[in-house]
Amino acid sequence: MTETRELLPYDEALSRYEPVIGLETHVELGTATKMFCGSPATFGAEPNTHVCPVCLGLPGSLPVPNRAAIEYTIKIGLALNCSIARSCRFARKNYFYPDMPKNFQISQYDEPLCTEGWLDVAVGETTIRVGIERVHLEEDTGKSLHVGGATGRIHGADHSLVDYNRAGIPLVEVVTKPIPGTDDQAPVVARAYVTELRDLLRALDVSDVRMEEGSLRCDVNTSIAPRGSNTWGTRTETKNVNSLRSVERAVRFEIERQAAVLDSGGRVVQETRHFHEDSGTTTAGRSKEEAQDYRYFPEPDLVPVAPSPEWVEELRAALPELPAARRARLQAEWNLSDLDMAALGNAGALDLVAETVAAGAQPDQARNWWLGELSRRANESGTELAALSVTPADVARVCALVAEGTLNDRLARQVLDGLLAGEGSPDEIVAARGLAVVSDDTALLAAVDQAIAGNPEVADKIRSGKTAAAGALVGAVMKATGGRADAARVRELILQRLS
Amino acid sequence: MPITRDEVAHLAMLSRLALTDAELDHFAGQLDAIVNAVARVQEVAADQIPPTSHALPITNVFRDDVIVPPLSADAALAEAPAAEQGRFRVPRILAED
Amino acid sequence: MTSELTRMTAAELAAAIAAGETSAVEVTQAHLDRIGSVDGRVHAFLHVAADAALAAAVAVDHRRKAGEPLGPLAGVPVALKDVFTTTDMPTTCGSRILEGWQPPYDATITDRLRRAGAVILGKANMDEFAMGSSTENSAFGPSRNPWDLSRVPGGSSGGSSAAVTAFEAPLGVGTDTGGSIRQPASVCGIVGVKPTYGGSSRYGVVAFASSLDTPGPLARTVLDAALLHQAMSGHDPMDSTSIDAPVPPVVAAARQADVSGLRVGVVSELGGDGYQAGVLARFGEAVELLESLGAKVTEVSCPHFTYALPAYYLIAPSECSSNLARFDGMRYGLRVGDDGTRSAEEVMALTRAAGFGPEIKRRIMLGTYALSSGYYDAYYGKAQQVRTLIIRDFEAAFEQVDVLISPTTPTTAFPIGERADDPIAMYLADLCTIPSDLAGNAAISVPCGLAPEDGLPVGLQIMAPVLADDRLYRVGAAVEAALNDRRGHPLLDEAKGLADD
Repeated sequence: MTETRELLPYDEALSRYEPVIGLETHVELGTATKMFCGSPATFGAEPNTHVCPVCLGLPGSLPVPNRAAIEYTIKIGLALNCSIARSCRFARKNYFYPDMPKNFQISQYDEPLCTEGWLDVAVGETTIRVGIERVHLEEDTGKSLHVGGATGRIHGADHSLVDYNRAGIPLVEVVTKPIPGTDDQAPVVARAYVTELRDLLRALDVSDVRMEEGSLRCDVNTSIAPRGSNTWGTRTETKNVNSLRSVERAVRFEIERQAAVLDSGGRVVQETRHFHEDSGTTTAGRSKEEAQDYRYFPEPDLVPVAPSPEWVEELRAALPELPAARRARLQAEWNLSDLDMAALGNAGALDLVAETVAAGAQPDQARNWWLGELSRRANESGTELAALSVTPADVARVCALVAEGTLNDRLARQVLDGLLAGEGSPDEIVAARGLAVVSDDTALLAAVDQAIAGNPEVADKIRSGKTAAAGALVGAVMKATGGRADAARVRELILQRLS
Repeated sequence: MPITRDEVAHLAMLSRLALTDAELDHFAGQLDAIVNAVARVQEVAADQIPPTSHALPITNVFRDDVIVPPLSADAALAEAPAAEQGRFRVPRILAED
Repeated sequence: MTSELTRMTAAELAAAIAAGETSAVEVTQAHLDRIGSVDGRVHAFLHVAADAALAAAVAVDHRRKAGEPLGPLAGVPVALKDVFTTTDMPTTCGSRILEGWQPPYDATITDRLRRAGAVILGKANMDEFAMGSSTENSAFGPSRNPWDLSRVPGGSSGGSSAAVTAFEAPLGVGTDTGGSIRQPASVCGIVGVKPTYGGSSRYGVVAFASSLDTPGPLARTVLDAALLHQAMSGHDPMDSTSIDAPVPPVVAAARQADVSGLRVGVVSELGGDGYQAGVLARFGEAVELLESLGAKVTEVSCPHFTYALPAYYLIAPSECSSNLARFDGMRYGLRVGDDGTRSAEEVMALTRAAGFGPEIKRRIMLGTYALSSGYYDAYYGKAQQVRTLIIRDFEAAFEQVDVLISPTTPTTAFPIGERADDPIAMYLADLCTIPSDLAGNAAISVPCGLAPEDGLPVGLQIMAPVLADDRLYRVGAAVEAALNDRRGHPLLDEAKGLADD
């Protein structure tokens, strides 16, 4: 079946159609061991060295649930404002695939651990409440290397090599309710939701949530319907969305593609699609018209999980400050407008500024550096702010040096240059480059006298009361001292000398 | 509803069993008889009866998040029909990931 | 001396070894010799581990000489059904798909037996993946009933049962899912027990139907069965469904053997049409015997028991269809058709077609059907509701009586081949045993005589409430003692199938 690459331009698509989106996110929990056995759950070991009879699904093996995984999942559910089930069960999801040792996955079906929650997502100046349908626990699969094909992907491969180290690692699935009403912001909302969820999971310390490592995986559901039709369209599920940017691009592409299909009188096929990072496009995968029958039934090898109300309350009480609450607190502490806060969020600077403040800087100063000079440098070099080799502690030190008068603004920028070049700590750079403000009056006076001598007309103007003319002499002294003088002090000395 | 040959073929496909034509016919007849026999359970009126999966009302059995020494890769692969580079070698997979 | 050793009970052997009257090595050798002498005809064993067994026996003798305390089963030989994983012997489950498979871990029960000093002689034949009532579904040929070698020894634990009956081992370990310990015990004239579900660990027991599978003992005497029951049972943290409570006092109960005042209920639904006359006759006599021993016998109705068989043949295949999905040729076991051109899906299908016998295929497809969307509620879902009703029948019955009794199985041992082509006829062998598997309560089969029409053993089934396994042994021991008294000799003395040394 040939894939038509027709796309309707985004704005045109949105003029006639309304999108509905949904997201299913899988989170690998950062427990020490796997979901149903004591094999290590760490990343990056030699193949098949973190396996045992249970996670290999050997005949006769039996699962026993990891208490920490249950705890983490309840915490996630609580943080997402869910109800925690009084009693729930695991279920078997049956299908054949070589990366699943038992050819069934232990998951949860009609009795998930957490249900009916929500997560507020800020997009620009609006807040969207994304409904959370369910949060449940399951086990991850192994990983296959497909050998012999052109791209290392499954198509055209000759055989596959399977590593079961990942099989059995606890996986939490967070499923949103459908999200209508996002209009042309749909791609942005999708991205913002995943970002907020990621930050929340990080704050809970339940996963290292690295999309590039696969500990946070997203499937994006997209459908469109003609404006005013009061119906929802057929949705597609897009997989292999491996970064925040891809989330946004995938939604956008699907809207454009589906709009082109509908516009040409066609029908959107309910199917799973694969996102391609390089081209920002999706292609058809497994058809979901013939939905797979997973023949779910309650897992007979496991007994129900019935978290006591006391245990749930203990976990609720121990929840850390969540990102939304933290942002609200910082906004109040720093006395910022919504717009200012949004700017910090958009630049990815919130945590950096907070850490800089925690290291002793004033909030305004910290903001200025991160949103100003450092953002500029990051953009220039095409990197993320957090990836710069300047730490919040460094910035706080620079602010401190400016506050105490050792550095002025211009010198501080030079220290930044040194930090970005990896020359050492701020103090080391100041010493090595000789960047300290000259504060010794004797030295300054020498320079002042020189400037006065070299500019007699300007000196006369000042003597006659035109103190504004001092600026030119200050400039001369700054030049003479290589910018290391404290401009204000220089001005004082000039005026003293010429009064 | 009788179990037809096509239905058996579908069941065989779902459960990854490569049956011959003769087997399909043979099993169709047998499965049909068996399903008729077991369908008797539907005679029992059980609207308000909860299903039981486990004879004893055990709940909340967990293990601590403590590492137990895993198998060596050699032990894991010892019985593999085919192995390569420390991994299980399997024929090319048709279905999507 | 050696033939005497094979005629001794496990209790007697353990005592003799502990007292230094014989050595564990002598005992093991005697049984290995017996296997060599008769197993060509009985075919109880799929694998005899002579070297490993002797090494284990040597270790027991060393411990005894060093003055170390020995457990109640130290040096006693055991036949282990080939469904339990063993690191030093293959584990085939009677199937081609696992032929020669060497597990990298021991089942918990295997481990407990080794620690107890029991000597595992080898792996016993069984119906493939524990599905069957005759061992005719074994991919490696049936076992034969030592009473009459042209007849089945029952199943699926037919190999373990035949081994014990033929004096190849004093103890056998089996699993009971629909009756697979009790029915072979009944048709072989020995004792077989299904403990309370969860009473013995399933870790390392290749799964057939997870919510039903129960490992248990086979022996020639009630006391021997109790000793094995005690040694193999108890909580296992590797099995989430195992009971975290002490093993019921089965050994003490086996020595108690007193039923005066006990309330016994005859299950009205388990009898009548379809039951062999001789079976019903011997059962009736067992009822009278219990009354003469002081028990109060009444009739009890368990109305939903008539739905037990269909419910079982929905639940068990459903769970099995999922449990057996892992056998696909990718990680271990048989792989067929991998010629470099075929896909994984094709190789899986060819492997499973070649590796599984017809009964397995039937049950996998039946289970797949019953779990399919659109059919789930009417079949699997309904069966699980029927299960609840059967549990309630038992609960109601046990308010009136202390134990329930019935024949263990409707007939004596049938000829090999008689039911092989008629699956439904085969399923009927489980009529009486299935209710206890569904409800999870404990049940035992003890010999209660020979059917007059064919001279073959008949079994009396006794059922007790969940966690009241000891009651089985109390009643079983009483019946055993009384019948042995009447007969004047052990029942197995009359087994003529092996006209031998």
